[in-house]
Amino acid sequence: MAHETKQNLAREFAAIVGDDEVMTGETDLHAYSYDAAVLDPVVPSYVVRPQTTEALGQIVRLCNENGLPLTVRGAGTNLSGGTIPHPGGVVVLTNRLNRILEINEEDLYAVVEPGVITSRLAAEVASRGLFYPPDPGSQTVSTLGGNVAENAGGLRGLKYGVTKDYVMGIEFFDVDGTLVKGGSRTVKCVTGLNLPGLMVGSEGTLGVFSKIILKLIPPPRAARSMMAVFGTIKAASETVAAIIAAKIVPATLELMDNFTIRTVESFRKAGLPTEAAALLLIEVDGHPAQVEDEAVQVERICRENGAEDLTVARDSAERDIIWQARRDALPALAKLKPSCVLEDATVPRSKIPAMIEALTEISKEYNLPIGTFGHAGDGNLHPTILTDRRDKVEWQRVEQAITAIFERAVQLDGTLSGEHGIGIAKARFMEREVGAGTLAYSRRLKMAVDPKNILNPGKMV
Amino acid sequence: MADIHQLAQQFKELDDQLVNCMRCGMCQAVCPVFSETGREVDVTRGKLALLDCLADELLRDADGVNATLSRCLLCGTCEANCPSGVKVLDIFLKARAIMTGYYGLHPAKRAIFRGMLANPRLFNALTAIGSRFQGLFTKKVDDLLGSSCARFNAPLIADRHFNSLATTPFRKHVASLDTAAGSSGLRVAFFPGCVVDKMYPAIGDATLKVLKHHGVGVFLPENQACCGIPVLSSGDRQGFNRLVEINIDRFAGAAFDALVTPCASCTSTIKELWPRLYDGGKVNTEAIRLIGDKTMDISQFLVDHCGVAASGEQPDRGTAAVTYHDPCHLKNSLGITAQPRTVIKASNVPLIEMQEAGVCCGCGGTFNLFHYEMSRKIGGRKADHIESSTAKTVATSCPACMMQITDLLSHRKSGIKVRHVIELYADSL
Repeated sequence: MAHETKQNLAREFAAIVGDDEVMTGETDLHAYSYDAAVLDPVVPSYVVRPQTTEALGQIVRLCNENGLPLTVRGAGTNLSGGTIPHPGGVVVLTNRLNRILEINEEDLYAVVEPGVITSRLAAEVASRGLFYPPDPGSQTVSTLGGNVAENAGGLRGLKYGVTKDYVMGIEFFDVDGTLVKGGSRTVKCVTGLNLPGLMVGSEGTLGVFSKIILKLIPPPRAARSMMAVFGTIKAASETVAAIIAAKIVPATLELMDNFTIRTVESFRKAGLPTEAAALLLIEVDGHPAQVEDEAVQVERICRENGAEDLTVARDSAERDIIWQARRDALPALAKLKPSCVLEDATVPRSKIPAMIEALTEISKEYNLPIGTFGHAGDGNLHPTILTDRRDKVEWQRVEQAITAIFERAVQLDGTLSGEHGIGIAKARFMEREVGAGTLAYSRRLKMAVDPKNILNPGKMV
Repeated sequence: MADIHQLAQQFKELDDQLVNCMRCGMCQAVCPVFSETGREVDVTRGKLALLDCLADELLRDADGVNATLSRCLLCGTCEANCPSGVKVLDIFLKARAIMTGYYGLHPAKRAIFRGMLANPRLFNALTAIGSRFQGLFTKKVDDLLGSSCARFNAPLIADRHFNSLATTPFRKHVASLDTAAGSSGLRVAFFPGCVVDKMYPAIGDATLKVLKHHGVGVFLPENQACCGIPVLSSGDRQGFNRLVEINIDRFAGAAFDALVTPCASCTSTIKELWPRLYDGGKVNTEAIRLIGDKTMDISQFLVDHCGVAASGEQPDRGTAAVTYHDPCHLKNSLGITAQPRTVIKASNVPLIEMQEAGVCCGCGGTFNLFHYEMSRKIGGRKADHIESSTAKTVATSCPACMMQITDLLSHRKSGIKVRHVIELYADSL
């Protein structure tokens, strides 16, 4: 782009948001060239930070008029490259659109701007005796706009669902900067197309969010946590299936493989059984009587399915020890090698033994350490490949291993991504899972609402 | 000025440490500077990415990166919370040193670091002169806090409310000590630090009173030098090396069980930074490591080695409550949070926790000098929490935090005292 044009556009952005909120310096631009995915950085031409939703709409319009690719960025914690900008494009920051507009305790919803941090809403809601369940691992920094755009999950997915289950309504700007509204503040709403459903997980490719209405629920009154030790992965995954078959839905049902157990233990020295093939970390919650009843049943099912040892937390300190082990999984693995590639291929939960077996084979075949932990209850595992991205030869094997993981997940009726999104990282694998027809349909949809292809181009489809 | 390619090569040497950042961005949750500005260049992930880009010559704006490096408190909160264990402080201190090599050390800093600080006698003489004449330039603003401000427009002082230089520095009336272990059977080396010596001599006196009370012998050699943190954070490794050498020379060879300081910054510098960043080659690294291993905060020493424990008695209801601010250099660098609270409880005063007691006060040493407005904004939150705690005294374990908090509270006329933990304890004996 000619220098003069660039200067003129920068002035036009500044006229909307003010000089201080337009960044065009080399250093600033490089700081928005990446996200949390292990991918090459791409430098934008402008970074713009609106303070009001009106300004946000005007920016979208200006980008479209000038054919400038636009990538919205919340906290930049995306694990699939969804917030890596298009070369020469515009990064639009939402972290000054961070107002909680309403928390309605009578009708159980919250209205937020897209830049509100997930854990901030959760804490604010909790202080009023309510509950916003989605808890992605990055919740202390991630934004709700990003959570909706990626349909973020978390540890509570099994019982409480994921972000999509809490989006009641959404307002967004189309490429012309016109405000579009979908959904409502009511529990039921069938007025018009289900636009919130379309926007959830759209990865910034169909519109730019300005306001989100989120469902809130009453919090569970009691919870109990336990840790079960297994001699084989098979026994652990059969236990998962047996718990579900007994019509019990734990809030959280997490698995850690032997590699992860050993890594966490050498990191924290909390006394985890390093010989165990697998650990299940389980929490049941709800009405105190129901929790009491379910905890006993879960304990029995674990033992019947070969649990070698089982610890039930008696107080909050013991509960913390159990969940600290799970929280330590990623940090402990991440410290082993310079780079770690965290995948989220997901399979129906009955296929977890087969998937774990496949991961063990892949680890051997490509000679790469892979630690696996994750949300066994919903089939969403996190095989974590430990590597050094500077080692070009090994990196080729990493890419082959990732392909192999995706192929196996799809063969097992699973999906490429449970909660991290497709972005740049997995776009080329899409067709294998969904077929050419689905891709073509998605592209036609995209071209209809975004003819110049300015909304986060190159992502997903 | 060297060329940008050479600069990139130097940053390449940090590659083994830089590569550990996985760009997860969790530092955004804890960085005090980022919480004010919300800009990626201000958070650790951004700075590390920029150093990577500079090393790979994808980015050539050394001035821009240098400016972002200076916008960091070195509070270490990111490092203490980093999921992949990136050695952030090591990287930033080395990066500042590389930048200082590239741009050269500012002549004023050179004069201070290598001329004055490396010559303790001169430093003492100059501050003695300063303390005599400071009344001409400053006036008192708050008797409770003992703070002053500039009498007329002075660029370096700006709108600061600060504690004056002591008329009698600590080291002037206690130049040296060498007493044998008493009833405790223990003997410590005492490193008061520059701020205690020149501005808060009462903290030095309180420390000696407490050590005497517990029957601890004291070795206090003459003419100790600055611990080196202001020099190192300005990127002057040569000046830092010189200060380490002077201090090792003062302490090595003496027999003591622990080296104690009432300054969180001195403690973490001696313990963590001397062994990791000294590269002068003149003193034995083993001697540096040994001193580091023995170094501890005064509260830690009292609780872990002298058996100081929280008093069982309830303090008088009338006693005004105290709240405690965790200095970053104790909490983040060394994980010390319990012992200072125990010492407060042992002082027969009620302790009430403020919100976010472990969040940085915004001082950051030289950060306050060069980014005063930002430093005040970050400190504003701290002052809010101190005030809403309802305590009448805020205690801490670092004289640098005390300077910052005094400035904040003096501007607000809060009527809250700022004390060191050891002063409270000494008062109770």
